[in-house]
Amino acid sequence: MSALLSVSDLSKSFGAVIVADETSFEVAQGAAIGILGPNGAGKTSLFNLITGAMTPNAGRITFDGADITAVPAAKRCKMGIARSFQVPQPFGGMTVFENALVGAVQGAGLSGREAEAHVLDVLEATGLMNKANVRAGSLSLLDRKRLEMARALAAKPKLLLLDEIAGGLTDAECVALIETIKNVHAAGTTIIWIEHVVHALLAVVEKLIVINFGKKIAEGAPKTIMDSPHVKEIYLGVDPHA
Amino acid sequence: MTTAFVTRSTRASRIAMIIAVLALIVLAAAPWWAGRADLRLMGEIFLYLALACLWNLMAGYAGLVSVGQQAFVGFGGYMLFALTMFGGLHPVVAILAGGVLAAIVSVPIAILVFRLRGAYFAIGTWVVAEVFRLSFAQVSSLGGGSGSSLPVDVVRSLADSRSGREALAYWLALGAAVVVIGVVYAFLRTRRGLALTAIRDSEVAASGLGIDIWRTKLEVYVVTSAFTAIIGGLIFLQKLRISPDAAFSVNDWTAFVIFIVVIGGIGTLEGPIIGTLLFFALRETLADYGTAYLIALGAVAIVVMLKAPKGVWGLIRDRFDIELFPLSYRVRTRDDHQGN
Repeated sequence: MSALLSVSDLSKSFGAVIVADETSFEVAQGAAIGILGPNGAGKTSLFNLITGAMTPNAGRITFDGADITAVPAAKRCKMGIARSFQVPQPFGGMTVFENALVGAVQGAGLSGREAEAHVLDVLEATGLMNKANVRAGSLSLLDRKRLEMARALAAKPKLLLLDEIAGGLTDAECVALIETIKNVHAAGTTIIWIEHVVHALLAVVEKLIVINFGKKIAEGAPKTIMDSPHVKEIYLGVDPHA
Repeated sequence: MTTAFVTRSTRASRIAMIIAVLALIVLAAAPWWAGRADLRLMGEIFLYLALACLWNLMAGYAGLVSVGQQAFVGFGGYMLFALTMFGGLHPVVAILAGGVLAAIVSVPIAILVFRLRGAYFAIGTWVVAEVFRLSFAQVSSLGGGSGSSLPVDVVRSLADSRSGREALAYWLALGAAVVVIGVVYAFLRTRRGLALTAIRDSEVAASGLGIDIWRTKLEVYVVTSAFTAIIGGLIFLQKLRISPDAAFSVNDWTAFVIFIVVIGGIGTLEGPIIGTLLFFALRETLADYGTAYLIALGAVAIVVMLKAPKGVWGLIRDRFDIELFPLSYRVRTRDDHQGN
């Protein structure tokens, strides 16, 4: 399998705060990987670097065979990278339908009826169809999270970055969300998922990467990673010698 | 399962369209039914409406909160005088040429001031406007600091009779307001308008979804500057006299315009229209009270900002969920195919 995304020696710091420290990894075409790490480990910053919201101090990002390290964020979305935001960023004055339409028109480059039909499909898949005409600013947290997902999917990404999309959901809601993500993955979309709700993550991903203080400290099959004493110590605060 | 489909027009927007066309016919006939003073006042209202609509597009949608648009009002006014007096152009041609020149001038200004953010951007645009004012005050052939009047032969070239000129100035003002509202509306309905509306609500999400924010803002800045200059030309065609202080007045061409947009409802097309009507209603009823009039305007602005930050139109829209300009997309299913 060829790598869709390849990150090599990526570093980023704000003064003394290091959010990425020579991070390197590859994501194969069609893979689904999860990213774990304590709060402030640099998970969201990693997404910001991949999407172009932040510029790295050093290192290189390759996507779909092209070096995108210096490519602006908007262009990266058109190339096929879309994300959801951990803190939802809806277009509050626009309806749910219009929010997703922005992704379809600007990100995926669709127009007219084709764009509208695609958005309706996405709203159906994400369970937002009955809220299509509601202003995004008045949505509940769950619906805002769904909208984050819908908007990213409307952009028809090759690589979908999900940032704590399951946080704060009830078990039933979580099950529905996992189902949606599984379907997206099954349709061929490559996924990188940051999540603290580990059981949700494990239901979808085939590989885990653990980061701490901006540094990648482990990478491998979910079971191996979850059983690793080192990861338990950092992530769960368990003393391996106890 | 019912099939969903997407529509943009609503019953309210269709009714609003019919009323707008009727109102336009009545207004276009005003030179036959209105007195001279009323005609002049209505002309002024239309030009303020156009300025407010443009400032709203720039600040309310593109997030470019400029307090320096008087730079382009004055520039357009001065281009009318310079191009008719020295270039021999017909006033209407000179006004349009002023718009084109303003578009060209606005590009380097944009590159300069777009480096600034928020309050710094606002101050930066104001400084640019002051530079314009001081520069035009240096041009002695345009009357320097004391300004000049439009020569009689230029004024005559518009129409022979005074009433003919006044009617023409009125129609130009009405036409400009209709064109500006039409252009802004048509723009907002396109995919670029969708992108601009997204930028209005969240720049970070917009850029993540493939929208080139800098370029979109530049386009908006250039287009609004060009139209603002054209409106400036029309304003001084009505006044027939220009001076640097009048042309580049921050009070007249920016503070009042901001007031109109904010009380009407920023970031909506309807807001500037309602705001213009409210502003002139206040001005005409309170103008005799001198400074008390400005104090009243300030008090109204403060109350609206505290109690209804989305303006008067924001209140109406939230309560009734209506829209006079059909910009929204409505998803409907076959069995509830009713406009609202």
